[in-house]
Amino acid sequence: MAMTATRTLIAPGSAPTPPRRRRSRARRAVLGIPSAVFTTALAIIFLYPLIWTAISSVGPRAGTSQTDGWGFGNYLALADYQAGVWVYLGNSLFVSLLTVTLTLLLSLTGGYAFARFDFPGKNVLFLLVLAILMVPYATLLIPLYVLLNAVGLQNSLVGVALVITMFQLPFSMFMMRVSFESVPREFDEAAMVDGCTPLSALWRVLIPAVKPGLITVGLFAFLTAWNDFFAPLILINDSARMTLPLAVANLRGQAQGVVDYGATEAGVVVLALPCILLFLILQRHYVRGFMSGAFKG
Amino acid sequence: MVVTAPLPRTRRRSRPLGGPAQGWGFAAPTALFVIFLFVIPLLLVLQMSVSDWPLLGGNRGVNFPENYIDAVDHRLFWDSIRFTLIYTVITTVLLLGLGLGLALIVQESTRWKGFLRTAFLVPSALGLASASLLFYVLYSPIAGPFADLMDAWGITFLGTPEGALWSTVFLIVWRYAGFYMLLMLVGLQGIPDEVYEAARIDGASRWQTFRDVTVPLLRPTFALTTVMCVTGSLLAFEQFYILTKGGPDNSTVTIVQLIYSVAFQGQNSLGVAGALSVIVLLTLVVINIFQLRAFRRPDES
Repeated sequence: MAMTATRTLIAPGSAPTPPRRRRSRARRAVLGIPSAVFTTALAIIFLYPLIWTAISSVGPRAGTSQTDGWGFGNYLALADYQAGVWVYLGNSLFVSLLTVTLTLLLSLTGGYAFARFDFPGKNVLFLLVLAILMVPYATLLIPLYVLLNAVGLQNSLVGVALVITMFQLPFSMFMMRVSFESVPREFDEAAMVDGCTPLSALWRVLIPAVKPGLITVGLFAFLTAWNDFFAPLILINDSARMTLPLAVANLRGQAQGVVDYGATEAGVVVLALPCILLFLILQRHYVRGFMSGAFKG
Repeated sequence: MVVTAPLPRTRRRSRPLGGPAQGWGFAAPTALFVIFLFVIPLLLVLQMSVSDWPLLGGNRGVNFPENYIDAVDHRLFWDSIRFTLIYTVITTVLLLGLGLGLALIVQESTRWKGFLRTAFLVPSALGLASASLLFYVLYSPIAGPFADLMDAWGITFLGTPEGALWSTVFLIVWRYAGFYMLLMLVGLQGIPDEVYEAARIDGASRWQTFRDVTVPLLRPTFALTTVMCVTGSLLAFEQFYILTKGGPDNSTVTIVQLIYSVAFQGQNSLGVAGALSVIVLLTLVVINIFQLRAFRRPDES
């Protein structure tokens, strides 16, 4: 998004018109009310599905586990589903934390190597990382299913985390490379003068400097892993090892084709709540990291 | 993809921190990961696509043109391609248009605009699977909030092919509009104020400024968002898998769903699924090259 506005911009076909400001201000006052109505309506459209789901997950409905009065019957039904929601939550947490750890390690060392070192094959490797973006999820998951089976990682949450980490690599590597490149060279030159090795310079000087990038990369890795559906769908077939999204999606199919909508709503709330909370807490950071990092030249 | 463009900023290259050995030392974990989880699987899918390879049986030798012939002859092959393309065009047009529209609405920084920005962005915190499950309940003729209305008017959301398509499009727009708004905001911020100032001095109307200043200067943003949106939509899976299950009457089967069902549901042929995957991969590469060409500035070509 580099600003390359070198040509002069003259709106064609517009002879300089005398100021129309007075009138437009008056018009804006009148138009202001419909615009407030319009934006309120938009906000309602975007928030309504979330609020409705949250409310009706504790509300009464025939055919669910909360037939009369308000309460947490649907959540209790969810907790008792097959292996139990705690197992699925644990599986999801395990996959998410492992993915975050691996992503941070890889993008930290890799980003450092790409930003600060010259080595043969560097550009090829970086292009290979970016090429992951071009390859469809399904194209890779089928051979990965066979490969992970061959090395004994069939049906394994570690395998799922490895695969999700790989799919996160283009974004995280790009982000960390840019983060490292935006740190002035004087930082590490000074560290080297003070007797640091490249490793200790990374540890002592550069990690604090690229912390915002690390937080963004970690957050994205967590959200992706927590929400990922396709990788566990293909790689996991033991119901005790399913992650939460898979478990909630499967929950609909139980009991002779009768869908337990109440428990599904509860599942959506359990799935969405951590993401929404994380988003709201880190919103400033998340939005800023996005705006300053990856997409600005 | 496009993201490679703004990279080479290290033009005033000063001395690297260490030698090639140290560089490779730091890059080694990435290289191992990429080789074992990306390059080898990619080669393996190529091999699968030319082999007779049942899901549980393993490799049973070469089956070259047959896999590809079977893939193209699959009764849902052309239907799924047609549906995926229609879906991609609709979502891309809607998401880019709405993304830009929302970005223009929330551009100023007032308290109310800040709230709106958050409201539009909250759905993008949800996973696609969670969002699909949420709308699965919302669209339900039994438990949804519109159940009575649907009953009274005799309509369904997911019961007809058109209904299923547009209901899924609504879900996707709801989930992603805020994200595209954010990308558009980034692009809008990259347009310097002086340009608007110049347009104002020249007496351009709001609409003229938008058409002749904002849109042309957003070109790189449009390139990025179009490539992302087209790629994402062509590979749509979860939303249809959860919401419509491809129905009614296989009218909403996307190409990735077809790959999934050939590999794991029924046919269980990794060979044919591999052939389909290779076809999709090549198509995607061609489409993206074409898009990047189209978005290149006129003065560069």
